[in-house]
Amino acid sequence: MPAFNTTDPMLENTDAGLYCRICNFYIDPWRPVERAVITHAHADHARAGCGSYLAAPECARLIKARLGPDVNVQELSYGVSLALHGIRLSLHPAGHILGSAQVRLERNGDVWVVTGDFKRDPDPTCAPFELLRCHTLVTESTFGLPVFRWPEPETVMADITAWWRKNAAEGNPSLLFAYSMGKAQRILAGVDPTTGPIFTHGAVESIVQAYRDAGIRLPPTRAVAEARMKGEFSGALVVAPPSAEGAAWMRRFVNASRAFASGWMQIRGNRRRRSLDRGFVLSDHADWKGLLDTIEASGAERIWVTHGYAAEVVQFLKEKGLAAVAARTAFSGETEAPDA
Amino acid sequence: MKRFAQLYTELDQTTRTTTKVQALIAYFRAAAPQDAVWAVGFLMGRKPRRSVPSPRLRRWAAEEAGIPGWLFEACYEVVGDLAETITLLLPPGSGDDHRPLKVWVEQRLLPLRELPEDKQRENVIAAWRELDPTQRLVWNKLVTGGFRVGVSQKLVIRALARIGGIDEAVIAHRLMGNWDPVPAFWDRLLSLQTDDADFSRPYPFFLAYPLGAGLEELGATAEWQAEWKWDGIRAQVIRRRDQVFIWSRGEELVTGKFPEIRAAARNLPDGSVLDGEILAWKEDRPLDFTALQRRIVRKHLTPGVLKSVPVALMAYDLLELDGADVRGRELAWRTAALEDLLCRLGDPRLLTSPKVSAASWSELARIRDDARRHGVEGLMLKRRCSPYRVGRRRGDWWKWKVDPLSVDAVLTYAQRGHGKRSGLYTDYTFSVWDGDRLVPFAKAYSGLTDLEIREVDRFIRRNTVERFGPVHSVKPELVFEIAFETIRRSPRHRSGIAVRFPRIARWRTDKTVSEADRIETITALLNASQGPR
Repeated sequence: MPAFNTTDPMLENTDAGLYCRICNFYIDPWRPVERAVITHAHADHARAGCGSYLAAPECARLIKARLGPDVNVQELSYGVSLALHGIRLSLHPAGHILGSAQVRLERNGDVWVVTGDFKRDPDPTCAPFELLRCHTLVTESTFGLPVFRWPEPETVMADITAWWRKNAAEGNPSLLFAYSMGKAQRILAGVDPTTGPIFTHGAVESIVQAYRDAGIRLPPTRAVAEARMKGEFSGALVVAPPSAEGAAWMRRFVNASRAFASGWMQIRGNRRRRSLDRGFVLSDHADWKGLLDTIEASGAERIWVTHGYAAEVVQFLKEKGLAAVAARTAFSGETEAPDA
Repeated sequence: MKRFAQLYTELDQTTRTTTKVQALIAYFRAAAPQDAVWAVGFLMGRKPRRSVPSPRLRRWAAEEAGIPGWLFEACYEVVGDLAETITLLLPPGSGDDHRPLKVWVEQRLLPLRELPEDKQRENVIAAWRELDPTQRLVWNKLVTGGFRVGVSQKLVIRALARIGGIDEAVIAHRLMGNWDPVPAFWDRLLSLQTDDADFSRPYPFFLAYPLGAGLEELGATAEWQAEWKWDGIRAQVIRRRDQVFIWSRGEELVTGKFPEIRAAARNLPDGSVLDGEILAWKEDRPLDFTALQRRIVRKHLTPGVLKSVPVALMAYDLLELDGADVRGRELAWRTAALEDLLCRLGDPRLLTSPKVSAASWSELARIRDDARRHGVEGLMLKRRCSPYRVGRRRGDWWKWKVDPLSVDAVLTYAQRGHGKRSGLYTDYTFSVWDGDRLVPFAKAYSGLTDLEIREVDRFIRRNTVERFGPVHSVKPELVFEIAFETIRRSPRHRSGIAVRFPRIARWRTDKTVSEADRIETITALLNASQGPR
């Protein structure tokens, strides 16, 4: 529990997540609650079982794709304010995945911003991060260590294409593991589709469809299940979620070169213990510099640091004279989060 | 250096052996001999010793990266590899260096050790600034003495054999023992002339695989020779041109560490090479392996040590006789010749490993069960008609260890692993009950599947009770069966016992913490496994 001497804070940390007592809603609760404000549609942030959900329109679409068409989701467009018991609530692009949002709360001139998961790098499949000024910032810290320094996404995409091209020239499939929501689509939008055919795992394909429905332009893809012969995969790029790794499903890709696209690939050990051929450093989270720049530019006087390397980021901020505390969460945290 | 770093990347970016061999061949074809010899050495595992103490490197890297020391340490804990941590933290370097590997090694790396600290700092930081990230990683690994790359000696030998059009066994033999990384060695290495033996050079060791299949599949018992599997230091003793050389399996010349064996081997006829196990040996019995270990690490062998931990060579093969390579002869012939040779010598420091005779596999299995009481690890099975082969091969030699001892213990502490397991909690401490307290009794790192490792890792993250630096104390909840080879009393361990080669046999998800073993169970094992003295 943060130890700030602010009377009557707008948000507090509870067993179910960040809670706004005044308006009775939770942000990304990790237990079923009556009212949930959702920053983005990844499984550990948008959980099933809540009475109602509030999210940006594209996010609402993805929540329905994941949790079913009957969930009660209220849409709130970026930048539009909702007035509730003296609090003005608005959502702003977080640049993490399609429909991802930061939550801004304002009451009597006091501004709080919850970043949710965010990144500062460009991504053609979602709206870019909007920098917000605030008094209290609740930030993630998934990659909050200085060893995480992202290369230019363009360079990474070029590397992926070059890897694909080389395998295709040898007549082999390129099997690329990437989280099915967000990362997979970002890759599809970034590689050179003239290199060869693109196949997707079923879990990826359904989200690709949802992205296309939202007007995101992606190259043509085919579901792996639709392929008639094993030979169709030679020269193809196959995009699959990390969970497909090691499954019987993979046997059809004879002689495949295997790669993983994730911020965790910055560390060789993460790639080597999976016996991957390549690890592409591509993350939908801010790196160390992106995190610190964002915190500084927000002008926040108080910083809550959530899931990730919270203890390290907090100590670093404190040494710089900022009032920072670590807030505990039940998000995937410092493990190799699938949505990294 | 640039080209070598590129080779490092190519080897690192594929899991396919054919691609690795291709990359090696391309490198060796293009490289100048002066660089190629250094590369061969590094790839074969002859890494230079650490040239700068680790705390200095950490301090300088933190300064260069502009971060506090504690943050550097936090990063190191997550990355699990010092060279890599430094590489990731440093600001980008110029990367416009084109000096060859030889220059980097001979002029920059090797002199580093002898320099005063301020000069070391200057040189290391200058190198960081000149190199690009991949080169830096290679440089850091050379400086920290931790250079390793995902390529086996076998593959390096295969690549060299293809380039030279020479048999792999010849290349393997030429790479044994001492050689200087000079261009002249490159010519010798790939020379088609085969009468080139350097007289100190050992033969490549023949290594056994653990017996996997059933005994019946080996065929008739009579076709096999059974011997005890000794727990000592595998060594080759060479007697040539009035000199004695003792080589360890790690290709270290250890002659000076075993003066007794050296003295005894002087009486061997010229042109003899024995393969065997060096044992701490007293009153016709091996001493505990730890006795030998304590003796090896000593810088000076005092008369006291020589007296309390005397050694002997338990010889089990003959590789050279009267200057002729006899590895191609059948084992039965070599064994007879070895016994004849050592019998004539009659030196108690050069023993022949006794044969274990049994009429059937089942009788042999019974004998093996008793191995612990003889102070051995189990049995070796060797095909009587087999030659002495090169490297680890299946088929003719099998090691058949006695089944390990095991206890059920509770996971109580965890620490992050290194290398392939960096970032994950994979280094565990296990405890057993002593009254109503859990006392740590063994550390184990291996035995779980990747899936289990991840599951345990997740448990540890969620159930950390306290942190002591990198060590996390964990809520006692998970029970594992811990297997180990031998057990002995140890005043230095909190539980009062020490075990050899502990590893995780399986995760006992069916057991609760209260069902884990008690210290008394372990003490009973201790008493049962003490052989007659």
